[in-house]
Amino acid sequence: MEFFIISMLNGMSYGLLLFMLSSGLTLIFSMMGVLNFAHASFYMIGAYIGYTLGGIVGFWPALLLAPLCVGGLGALFERLSLRKVHPFGHVPELLVTFGLSYVVLELVQLVWGRTAVEFTPPEVLRGAAFTLINHSQDGLRLIWGAAAPEMCTAADAALRVICSPFPATRAFMMLIALLMLVSLWLLLTRTRIGLVIQAALTHPEMAEALGHNVPRVFMLVFGAGTGLAGLAGVIGGSTFVTEPAMAATVGSVIFVVVVVGGMGSLSGAFLASVLIGVIQTFAVAIDYSFLTFARDMGWQLSAAMQDNSVVKLTVSQVAPILPYLFLVLILIFRPKGLLGTREG
Amino acid sequence: MAAVYKFKPYNVGRWVIWSLFALLLLLAPRVFTSNLSVTMLAQMGIAIIACLSYNMLLGQGGMLSFGHAVYTGLGSYMAMHALNALSAGQLGIPVSLLPLVGGVAGMGFAVLLGWVTTRKSGTPFAMITMGVAELVFAMSLMFSEFFGGEAGVSGNRVAGQPFMGITFGPQVQIYYLIAAYTFVCVALMFAFTQTPLGRMLNAVRDNPERVEFIGYSTQRVRYLAFIIAGFFAGIAGGLGALNFEIVTAEVVGAGRSGAYLLFTFLGGATFFFGPILGAVLMVIAFVLLSELTKAWLLYLGLVFLFMVMYAPGGIASLIMMNLRVAKFGKLRQIWTSYLGLGVTALAIVAGAGAMIEMVYHLQLNSALGDVVRFMGVPLNAKGVDSWVGAGFVLLTGIGLFELARRQYVLEWGEIQADIEKEIKRRETAV
Repeated sequence: MEFFIISMLNGMSYGLLLFMLSSGLTLIFSMMGVLNFAHASFYMIGAYIGYTLGGIVGFWPALLLAPLCVGGLGALFERLSLRKVHPFGHVPELLVTFGLSYVVLELVQLVWGRTAVEFTPPEVLRGAAFTLINHSQDGLRLIWGAAAPEMCTAADAALRVICSPFPATRAFMMLIALLMLVSLWLLLTRTRIGLVIQAALTHPEMAEALGHNVPRVFMLVFGAGTGLAGLAGVIGGSTFVTEPAMAATVGSVIFVVVVVGGMGSLSGAFLASVLIGVIQTFAVAIDYSFLTFARDMGWQLSAAMQDNSVVKLTVSQVAPILPYLFLVLILIFRPKGLLGTREG
Repeated sequence: MAAVYKFKPYNVGRWVIWSLFALLLLLAPRVFTSNLSVTMLAQMGIAIIACLSYNMLLGQGGMLSFGHAVYTGLGSYMAMHALNALSAGQLGIPVSLLPLVGGVAGMGFAVLLGWVTTRKSGTPFAMITMGVAELVFAMSLMFSEFFGGEAGVSGNRVAGQPFMGITFGPQVQIYYLIAAYTFVCVALMFAFTQTPLGRMLNAVRDNPERVEFIGYSTQRVRYLAFIIAGFFAGIAGGLGALNFEIVTAEVVGAGRSGAYLLFTFLGGATFFFGPILGAVLMVIAFVLLSELTKAWLLYLGLVFLFMVMYAPGGIASLIMMNLRVAKFGKLRQIWTSYLGLGVTALAIVAGAGAMIEMVYHLQLNSALGDVVRFMGVPLNAKGVDSWVGAGFVLLTGIGLFELARRQYVLEWGEIQADIEKEIKRRETAV
């Protein structure tokens, strides 16, 4: 039971991190039609800038400043490069961000080196947010913070006690992502600037005729989207590892999220990120293959069958391909994505 | 323009170009005889087939694929397994036909995977190809029987009966096999652009809505083109397997797919011969540039960025534009501007390059001392003077380049206007 809860929460927190990334990507895509291939690169820059600033001004100011820096860089890139390519169409736009991802990767290695840097969260977030104690007699209990060691050791050998702590960084990640989700939604639907953005999305000429500077709105949206990626980078980088490969590991997954959720659908991106986060987390923890399944069912397999590598594959080994498999299945059975509206 | 060189009953211009191409393929290893250059030439042949097959998607179909290495790579694996079966005496075909095995495999996988990917076009297509590529790459680490795990699958191409004394043992023999395949594949792919399907593919790229209205299924056209591209990609993969005699999981990786995209675009996706230039550049960059400097990926990325921004037609379009200017006899007016652009650009490259090299040196091998040799000049990576010098060269270069560029843009505009006028005049004169 506690395994299920903790895995569920881990999956949720990973999914919410994916959402922090895919929300910016979706926002940019639905606004400008640009698929920002370098989105994960901005995530990486966020982590590295957060690491550097964290060393100077401390983690909390860095959490605020790093996304601002990344957003500024994103806006600058839009202004100097993406806007020039915009008239050529969507494929060159995608190509220019593809080129940027190469440049960013090299620059990051140039500035911060090729190995991982030690980016740790502050003292407050290092411990456990809460601990689940499964006592074979008293049942399941929840304790905020880390549990005292004597609570986790049974005095009596007949009793079985299992403590499962949930890391505070993960909880913090969930909190920030949810805050971001709510504020983004409020911003887009309840404020004047949100309405201008929506208008610029569907009717750019009309919005321009009404006196709004549509290219500047686009620049701001691009900056905001990359800024969100930077925020995710600070949190993700301090929770996981900050290394040059971090963009590649998360990059392709967020594209899967955006397609599975439905291109340009923010709620779809949310659903898909949480779904993929949970699926992947659970799959990694399950050590179950077709062979064990057959054994449990009482089937007799021939020796050649038992030696077959496909039969021996465990679910945890298959875990890395699950998001992509999911993508292919969605495309076959529901081409517009989970919550997508447009087909094409 | 093409009409000028068209003589009936033969298209002389075309005969000349193709004969020259064949001659080039034949004579190249006679001119560049060293081991390194023959190896590089062989790799260029393979890269030409791969990049042209990629351009069938990107340039002719408007399909930006991030997973082309899947088809070349799986072709390589199948050809390698076929080679090993051949060595074991289980397969009765000659070694020279093994690339076709790769081609058929690439086509088979394109039939299978292309059915999913070509349902969409544009940006979603790009993302799906990337997802499929990741899927295949992740699988390559799971199924070690087929993919050989970390070590890959290796084989020996000297297998079966030698045909007229050709064993494919020496590198030159394998080069001529690759050259023959390259010539035939390039010819076939050029022929493809002239077929009705090739033309429909261009239409699907330019105006899919209208194609649907005429009664064609855009999805089907994309799917067919994808299958054909998969076939040629597989041939390139099969030749790669024969050339290297080892296939590792990286041949299906994202890096390889990215390289095809990058260099096809750099060469020029809008012209048929563009990817050939791109492929040659690719081999040069991978073999020579990576030896020369550690920062080559950075330079490559920057060149690519500027190319997308300022010359989206790639090198091929730059050549063709200047050929047009030369044809109207205007190149003389503008060559001083080119000289100015070239010299100032060189200054920028020298300044920026020196700084980048110094940073790389500090980052990677500062243990070897502080001195970097850049363009034959020893630079002290920790000295203020070398930094100030490099910065000065860079800033001067940028300033002068901007001046030269303005002058060039003015002249170029004038020349283009003149050419337009000249064309109009000729039309009215007829």
